[in-house]
Amino acid sequence: MTTSQPALPDSILSHDTQVPPADVRPARQRRRWPLGVILALLFLAVLAIGLVVPHWLTRYDPLLSDVSQTLQPPSLQHLFGTDRIGRDVLARVLYGARYSLLIGLASVIVSLVIGLVIGIAAGLGQRYLNEPAARVFDVLSAFPAVLLSLFVVTFLGQGIVNIAIGVGIAGIPKFGRIVRSRTLQVRRANYVTHAVTFGLSRWQVFLRHLLPNVLNAIPVIATIDIGTAIIAVSGLSFLGLGPQPPTPEWGVMLAESRDVLRVAWWPSVFPGLAITLTVISISVLGKYWQRNFEGRPQ
Amino acid sequence: MHPLIKRILARLLSALLVLWLAASTAFVAIHALPGKIEDVLAGDLQYPGLREAISAQWGLDRSLAWQYGHFLERLAHGDLGSSYVMQQDVIQVLSSQIWPTVQLALSAGVLATVLALVVATLTAGRSRLSRRLASAVELILASTPVFWLGLLLLIAFSFQWRLFPVSGATGWKSLVLPAVTLALPLAGVLSQVTREALEQALEQAFVTTIRARGLGELALRLRHLLRHALLPVVTLGGWLIGSLLGGAVITEKMFGRPGVGSVTLNAVLSQDLPVVLAVVLLAALIHVVISTLLDVLYLFIDPRLNTP
Amino acid sequence: MNAPFIEPTAAQPAGAAIAAVARTERTLVDIKGLQIGFAHANEGHPLVRGVDLSLRAGECVALVGESGSGKSLTARSLLGLAGQHAQVSASRFEIDGRDALRFSERDWRALRGTFAGLVMQDALVSLDPLRTIGAEIGEVLAHHRLLGSRREIRARVEQVMRDVGIADPQRRVGQHAHELSGGLRQRALIAAAVAGNPALIIADEPTTALDVTVQAQVLAVLRERLRAGAAVLLVSHDLSVVAGIADRVLVMHQGVVVDSGPIDDVLHRPRHPYTRQLLAARPSASSRGYHLSSARFVAQTLREGIAPPGTVDTSIVREPLPARHRDLQRTVLQVDGISRQYRRAGGEPFTALADVSFSVAAGEVLGIVGESGSGKSTCANIVLGLLPPDTGEVQLLGQRWNGQALREGERRALRPQLQYIPQDPLSSFDPRYTVRQLLAESLYIHALSARQVVDRSVELLEQVGLSAAFLERRPAQLSGGQRQRIAIARALAPQPALIVCDEPVSALDVYVQAQVLDLLAELQARLGTALLFISHDLDVVQHISDRVLVFKDGRIVEEGSAAQIFNQPEHPYTCSLVAASRPGNPWHPSP
Repeated sequence: MTTSQPALPDSILSHDTQVPPADVRPARQRRRWPLGVILALLFLAVLAIGLVVPHWLTRYDPLLSDVSQTLQPPSLQHLFGTDRIGRDVLARVLYGARYSLLIGLASVIVSLVIGLVIGIAAGLGQRYLNEPAARVFDVLSAFPAVLLSLFVVTFLGQGIVNIAIGVGIAGIPKFGRIVRSRTLQVRRANYVTHAVTFGLSRWQVFLRHLLPNVLNAIPVIATIDIGTAIIAVSGLSFLGLGPQPPTPEWGVMLAESRDVLRVAWWPSVFPGLAITLTVISISVLGKYWQRNFEGRPQ
Repeated sequence: MHPLIKRILARLLSALLVLWLAASTAFVAIHALPGKIEDVLAGDLQYPGLREAISAQWGLDRSLAWQYGHFLERLAHGDLGSSYVMQQDVIQVLSSQIWPTVQLALSAGVLATVLALVVATLTAGRSRLSRRLASAVELILASTPVFWLGLLLLIAFSFQWRLFPVSGATGWKSLVLPAVTLALPLAGVLSQVTREALEQALEQAFVTTIRARGLGELALRLRHLLRHALLPVVTLGGWLIGSLLGGAVITEKMFGRPGVGSVTLNAVLSQDLPVVLAVVLLAALIHVVISTLLDVLYLFIDPRLNTP
Repeated sequence: MNAPFIEPTAAQPAGAAIAAVARTERTLVDIKGLQIGFAHANEGHPLVRGVDLSLRAGECVALVGESGSGKSLTARSLLGLAGQHAQVSASRFEIDGRDALRFSERDWRALRGTFAGLVMQDALVSLDPLRTIGAEIGEVLAHHRLLGSRREIRARVEQVMRDVGIADPQRRVGQHAHELSGGLRQRALIAAAVAGNPALIIADEPTTALDVTVQAQVLAVLRERLRAGAAVLLVSHDLSVVAGIADRVLVMHQGVVVDSGPIDDVLHRPRHPYTRQLLAARPSASSRGYHLSSARFVAQTLREGIAPPGTVDTSIVREPLPARHRDLQRTVLQVDGISRQYRRAGGEPFTALADVSFSVAAGEVLGIVGESGSGKSTCANIVLGLLPPDTGEVQLLGQRWNGQALREGERRALRPQLQYIPQDPLSSFDPRYTVRQLLAESLYIHALSARQVVDRSVELLEQVGLSAAFLERRPAQLSGGQRQRIAIARALAPQPALIVCDEPVSALDVYVQAQVLDLLAELQARLGTALLFISHDLDVVQHISDRVLVFKDGRIVEEGSAAQIFNQPEHPYTCSLVAASRPGNPWHPSP
């Protein structure tokens, strides 16, 4: 009946060595940017202008009061209206950007640097380093951020720098814990433990593999954390512990607006809106970065 | 010894350690300040006998070690010292003001947790639209500063529609706006975290097994996923308490509510150190106690940690 | 060069009527022309096309195929669980006599757990880890209200547990999945699926990644269910696993059924080239010394007089590998009396290794088999110098390599001589590195110039069958087989005398596994590198090893040539291992 079959054509199962299709364009351009990201970038761009050259966007002086124009609702002349003593609200919001943004940034840097150092040391060290570091974080996080900042301010006095220090110290455990757990994770990863087989010394493994893989998670977290810092800083200013009036800091402006809340909504809505939009924009960008960052959620 | 008991004991010990460290840090901070302690504690006040009183209470003429021991002893007995600015023992000051704050923090905390759990459980894994919507709302809420939200709510509900009083602490109506103000941003964050945890859980293999038993989506969420959702909430419990306590300070100022918050604020502004110190340590105590309880609760919910 | 080895398979008379065993006539599932697609996946092409599937009570049908063949999708569509946006169509789709294409979600939910139960792969992730197994097993009963009171449910749960072979059910009922051993966990998973006494059991890869003895246990439980009258749909990627239990088999490839029929027919007289290639590529004792991936099925008529006329005989034709040169005089690795204990959190010490000694000669392949917990990983780590032993010593090429007081600095110079191929290559690649950087790292010890590094990297890639275009890729973009080739290239770069291979092919599909094994065998023979090959798959070890060590509970229980160990095992444990792997393997004569 059947005779031996001729040699089969090249196998049904293909050989495994085909090159996968290349992604010619870099990862970021592979998809169109989502609407939210574009809006966030736009808003932050405007804010950046307000930070550096606010006089491009407004011709009013944020400190100059015009008693003939007190509590004017938003109009073509004053887009955001005027406040209790006739100052243009838009100008104050724009000029106030620098305080919240820069101080938020500064406090994040404080938290980041100290948290990083302790976190890595804790993650790398043996038991006697690891446990105390964890306790340090527990102690620092036992004090609610606001209260800790209050504590610091009590000692050091009011002022925007002291607020930054307070918020910075309160933020240490957040970074420290993440860095520590990431260090522990990376330290146990196979690519770290097996690197010795290629003849690398411990120091080389640390520099080439451990440190970069721990640090690459940081920028994303730091970005998202700036938002939290900004809220904390303006909150403390709202309480009166930061810059004093007539400084156009957003938190201070909100505190001032309380008195006229019954009759005028615009001195409170716009500065608060500025804070909220800033934090939203930074969060949106941070999350977008996180999602596209090697596809690995943290 | 049962491993669970061991873990609980470990947590308790750790909590005590943290408390002790916190108190010591406060002590060190006070003594590390430039200038003499009496001057710092007295601030701007000047009246005869003040310096001597301070010196006696803190034992400033004794050795540092003695002062430390005395300090800890006083704390253990609940003696938080006296406020010179207010001419009262700190304990009295705090206890007279603590009830409104507790009311506020408790109601806001419960509201935030319930809201977050409900929203997250109902929207996790559903249609893209509902998830996107929930996500957006959460983001906005989490980014809204408490003090601004309060102002907005005041404008809407107190001035525009006259539903709730502007300030004060009488009656339940005066609790509504402050509690909602404090709760909403926290609910935003909690909901985000819970929903993400739920969505991760929904991708696990056991969900398919459960569906293969004939359970519908609601039963799946209520009987199984809720427990998984509680895990991140419990983990965040410590953070929640801290935010409630801190937020209470701001909210009380915002709504003119009496409470520990406003007391603290005044103390900071007048540099009344004993009061600030006491409040901070008290907050730390509450935080540590509740965190420890939640840690233990976590061990009960997640049996995977119980095996040696 | 030797003539290709022709391996005779058991001759079966063509078209002989198989004595039909009387079966109950109840048809549980009758499907013709099944098509499953997703609107947004695979560019709209259906993932499953034209599948015919039927199941009767008491019979076991197997769905076999590689990952991506559509077998899981087909199986799950029987429960309406193909996926939220799945588009399922068929010319006939009857479940228990009813037209399932018209089912609403409620209809599906009514039959899930009561008519059909699902058993999935890994009990650790397939059972809710936060609930007790008692709750999981009883959930079907409670949800469908099959039983009234809690007491009745509890009694039934314990009964089911006994049925699947879980001893001491009263105690186990309150435990959680992670507290049970692998075998007990899988049984609990099966118990949860059969608690509602379903007529159909769908098992989706229930034995994958399990130890051989546990696999045998799970299959035994399924056989019990068959005897009790249930039908079983068994999905697997491994034909030899289903051979011991299935009555009929459907072989799927890229969403289509390419071969189907009684199990004996398909195994011994495969019709479709895919099935043939798949079967021929399976490693075994008879394939030792030959290529796997290029093996072919050939059919020949037997001469008259030996068998009834018209008998078709199929055999496998294989290409030989280059000859292996073993130099038994030169010892590359010498392990003397190593042991290692771990202190567990509970306090009691756990002995991972106890007094293990062996040696590896130049150019030889030493296989290590054992189940999980046998100590083979600890042994590998000590041999690699990643872990110090508590007692004993390891010598590499005659020099002290690992011992209690030895420090890394003292042996760094020897590192290039000993390399490693891991089970999961992806986790041993730095996630930020491209292939080029990975290879450069392995060449680090040679201190070459940049130009030389690139040249040598391209050379290495060619050696493992990959083109230079792979240099700029990231491992995450590559397939499992390609990643393993990169791992092999990295291991070859320092030109080692010995390579430790820790389950290098366990996670690969059968055909890709065959290709990688061929590559390893070829390189080993040509370069004269010794291999320490660790695996739990006895067939793979048999295929590639010269000598074999059998590990159990941290000790070597038997040692010998590959042929000895598998054909004449002496130690009772070895016997049970070999027996457990045999019933499924069609190439061995039954014991």
